[in-house]
Amino acid sequence: MSLESRIILDHQQLNLSIERICYQLIENHNDFSETVLVGLQPRGVFVAKRIHERLEKLTGKNILVGSLDITFNRDDHRRRDIPLIPSVTEMDFLVEGKKVIMIDDVLFTGRTIRAGMDAMMAFGRPSEIELVVLIDRRFSRQLPIEPNYVGVRIDTIVSERVEVALAEGGGNDSVKLYSPETE
Amino acid sequence: MSGLSVKHLLGIKYLTKEDIELIFQTADNFKQVINRPIKKVPSLRDITIANLFFENSTRTKLSFELAEKRLSADVINFSASGSSVKKGETLLDTVNNILAMKVDMVVMRHPLPGAGQFLSKNIDAVIVNAGDGTHEHPTQGLLDCYSIREKYGELAGKKVVIVGDILHSRVALSNIFALQKLGAEVKVCGPATLIPKHVESLGVKYEPNLIKALEWCDVANMLRIQMERQDVQYFPSLREYTMQYGLNKKILDGLDKQITVMHPGPINRGVEITSDVADSNQAIILDQVENGVAIRMAVLYLLAGKIE
Repeated sequence: MSLESRIILDHQQLNLSIERICYQLIENHNDFSETVLVGLQPRGVFVAKRIHERLEKLTGKNILVGSLDITFNRDDHRRRDIPLIPSVTEMDFLVEGKKVIMIDDVLFTGRTIRAGMDAMMAFGRPSEIELVVLIDRRFSRQLPIEPNYVGVRIDTIVSERVEVALAEGGGNDSVKLYSPETE
Repeated sequence: MSGLSVKHLLGIKYLTKEDIELIFQTADNFKQVINRPIKKVPSLRDITIANLFFENSTRTKLSFELAEKRLSADVINFSASGSSVKKGETLLDTVNNILAMKVDMVVMRHPLPGAGQFLSKNIDAVIVNAGDGTHEHPTQGLLDCYSIREKYGELAGKKVVIVGDILHSRVALSNIFALQKLGAEVKVCGPATLIPKHVESLGVKYEPNLIKALEWCDVANMLRIQMERQDVQYFPSLREYTMQYGLNKKILDGLDKQITVMHPGPINRGVEITSDVADSNQAIILDQVENGVAIRMAVLYLLAGKIE
């Protein structure tokens, strides 16, 4: 099946989205002394790094950031043809009593986020968890999960695919939507 | 990357280099998990694993059980002493009865070489060999190589000597296969009576002199004399064995380089290795035990992915 692609966010729009999310976060978290950022592996980590860098510049404070791998907490192990290869978890702090801002690139079915919350519990009991996503694919949720901060909301069908490419992962910044070609 | 090329872990012989690297890569992540405050992940919560031990074991049994529990699998344990095996039940019947209780994976240690292969051909469950007689002990081979990789970064080009009772050792065979697949050079050392006749057909050199072997190697893996498997006397006395093949601090300090000392356990202190060597900072014996849990978690996790 060949796919045709459409750009949802280019480099500039992506930066604007991140900028806006940062200001919204600052409104709610003041000086971030009780707040930590956690990016979900693999691509949520790049988004988290961007937000982290920008937030530190804007607030002038040191903010804790970690990356969380959720492979072992997924609910589809053994339901896939190819086993999932885990990435690295780098959490140099406990989340006990902290406000956690969980960051991912795309919110689709919500299952990754569920696994993320599950994996987080190995690092303590956070006082609250908020969710930041760059792209929210509406109307495709399989679990009752909604983001607190969103870059852009898009309406998609299941056969479409959203791909977030960031410069950190090689290539240029862009968010593309791939749709099955209609004949 | 795709998954493992095998459905069961019967021996290192059947694994490819890519399989071993995939297991190591997965074990890296599990090692991180078992060093967290909460050392558990829910990956195998819908899997039931039977540990069948037809032969004594402490380390391997505990290590497997811990790995299974850290992965949230349901675990049942069986040991031959105090079971119906004593009443004359065959291996196949025992295992089929256990499988009738809906078990997905079987971890088995058995005194007969090939017991794992036999089971894998006759029953429908994933088999993990935890040592079959004098044949193979694949998870030990993996964790030994993993520990060397952790110490030196890679296996390729490393020189490893395995010292002691090679003839009766499943650890030696699994180590030889794993080390060679990963590009390390292997020599064996010990009394000629305890070296398999055709060991050189495996691409392994025999060095009868301990000092020469140690001078050659980067890593020395000291094996235990398996008295329980020796039906005839292979050497005059333990004391004489120790004099020729025991590793002590004096020998270790006399070498012109720092070698790494390994031991799969259980240690007979004062026989193949003295206490001051076993407890020295050149020994990585306890690292091997810690890595054992991570390796076994990786093996179980990857094999469970193959269950329909």
